[in-house]
Amino acid sequence: MTSAIEAEGLVKRFKGGVVALDGVSFAVEQGSVFGLLGPNGAGKTTVVRILTTVLAADGGRARVLGYDVARQPEMVRGLFGLAGQNAAVDENLTGRENLQMIGRLSHLSRAAARARAAELLEEFGLLDAAERSLKTYSGGMRRRLDVAAALVARASVLFLDEPTTGLDPQSRAELWSVIERLVEGGTTVLLTTQYLEEADRLASRLAVVDRGRVISQGTPAELKAALGRTVLEIELPDSAAAELAARAVAPLSAGAPGVYGSSVELPAEGGPRTAMEALRVLDREGIEPVRLSLREPSLDDVFLALTGHRAEQGATSTGEGARGRGPSVPDAAAGAGAARWASPS
Amino acid sequence: MGVPVVTLRPPGTAEGAPGAGLRLRWAFADTVTLTWRNLVRYVRIPETLFWSSVQPIMFVLLFRYVFGGAIRTGGVSYVNFLIPGIFIQTIAFGAVNTAIGLAEDLQKGIIERFRALPMARSAVLTGRTFADLGRALVVCGIIMGVGYAVGFRAETGAAAVLAGVGLLLLFSYALSWGFAVIGLVAPNSETAQVMAFPLLFPLTFASSAFVPVQTMPHWLHGFADYQPVSVVCDAVRALMIGGPTASAVWQSIAWAFGIVGVLAPLAVRRYRRLAR
Repeated sequence: MTSAIEAEGLVKRFKGGVVALDGVSFAVEQGSVFGLLGPNGAGKTTVVRILTTVLAADGGRARVLGYDVARQPEMVRGLFGLAGQNAAVDENLTGRENLQMIGRLSHLSRAAARARAAELLEEFGLLDAAERSLKTYSGGMRRRLDVAAALVARASVLFLDEPTTGLDPQSRAELWSVIERLVEGGTTVLLTTQYLEEADRLASRLAVVDRGRVISQGTPAELKAALGRTVLEIELPDSAAAELAARAVAPLSAGAPGVYGSSVELPAEGGPRTAMEALRVLDREGIEPVRLSLREPSLDDVFLALTGHRAEQGATSTGEGARGRGPSVPDAAAGAGAARWASPS
Repeated sequence: MGVPVVTLRPPGTAEGAPGAGLRLRWAFADTVTLTWRNLVRYVRIPETLFWSSVQPIMFVLLFRYVFGGAIRTGGVSYVNFLIPGIFIQTIAFGAVNTAIGLAEDLQKGIIERFRALPMARSAVLTGRTFADLGRALVVCGIIMGVGYAVGFRAETGAAAVLAGVGLLLLFSYALSWGFAVIGLVAPNSETAQVMAFPLLFPLTFASSAFVPVQTMPHWLHGFADYQPVSVVCDAVRALMIGGPTASAVWQSIAWAFGIVGVLAPLAVRRYRRLAR
């Protein structure tokens, strides 16, 4: 497979000696979704800005579809679509006007720009709001328009910089299916996100970024397999019962069970099999659990293991996007694992 | 959902980089698109235009009815002396909009979007300055109307008056490039606005716009006589109410080209450096 996007040792220093990128390298296969996962301030947006020719790197090289972003920026610019927190849409224009403007600036003919705008408005469910100024748009509508704007030129490479930050779970799920459909159509996507679940769901490969470095790369499954284990969680009526249950299920696992108040966590190498065995054992002992669940290791577990701090750490330090939302894992959309970390501590 | 076409070549080019002719056509088309986009803002938020014409109207009333009685302008009635000055003051103050608009676009991230598009980079600046030229034209019309309402009467022919407006617009366009530099340097639009003020104040008030320069202290003459606002003001005054025109008009044109010649490259350079 050929790489649609390649980054080799990207370095970026900002004024005041802040090192935003400290040698970032990765390659994105054509037609795949690559996730850059990391907390706010990790350098994800800086990578996107360099790859989209908006910012010059201080070191390293990057290519998009074979063109060097520093040496052939004009060749590169026509090849990708960009949606992200940094690339704004125009508040004073209507949704339709925004898309038409981007079409014109992408050098579509007037008629083609108009037709493409109409197509995208329909696809993104924005027809009713098409003639309204963006000021009246909700956050979800604005993000949809933002992604639509990235698609105007039918580029085969898409950069989506935190496309769902600040969205409610429903809008987020909608955007996810849009992205999935695009990938089915052969588009290469570079996605940055601080949502672990999002990376897990969309990306076929991931690079975990922290403080300007790629600290780990692989498929989500590889990353999880390397670090995470399936955990069986057993909730009991009280802590006394939990102690009893822990003793009963301990032989089922190589790892030791943990008791947290009235619940027990047991490493479950066997997955569902361990759960079945645990139920049998508990039944035999006459212990009735209140709730029982298998939790897949979350990428948050991976992140914690890799960096020693949670992905959400620093999410409020720049205030970007996540402002006012507290820990940034989406509440309802988050899986059981992610939800654990989402509760503010 | 349409299936995106997978393409390995930049749109609009069959092979390799676009030629010079195509580039020029794109630069023109992109400038038109962005000029439209910037003008839409003034139409959508008419308050901006309304309130920015209130200030010059206040100045007209202030100088016409409050200060004017105390200002001696020789053979010319003060209202006829004043209105060309108001024109040039309004144009100069209006040029701040270029700085504010650019600073705002930078702040909001729309320029980041533009920079990632295959459009001509120069269009961000030319589209802005052309839109502000359109704005200046509207404001000139308003001042002309207000001027006539308070007793201003052009004493030359229509052609000369139009030439005067043309000169004002040329100067307005030149100033836009100067203020574009401020807009690109300022951290935000509010700062852009206050940065422009210390520049505008001496230029418009230590000039022949409101009072004859001869009434100012001697040491100020050197500045007040030759600075661009005075020169353009004298030229516009001559074109609208009569007097020797040739030298003032040529000097005004020289100033306009001089300002663009020096400050446009600075603005372009500053814009290019945004990438670092």
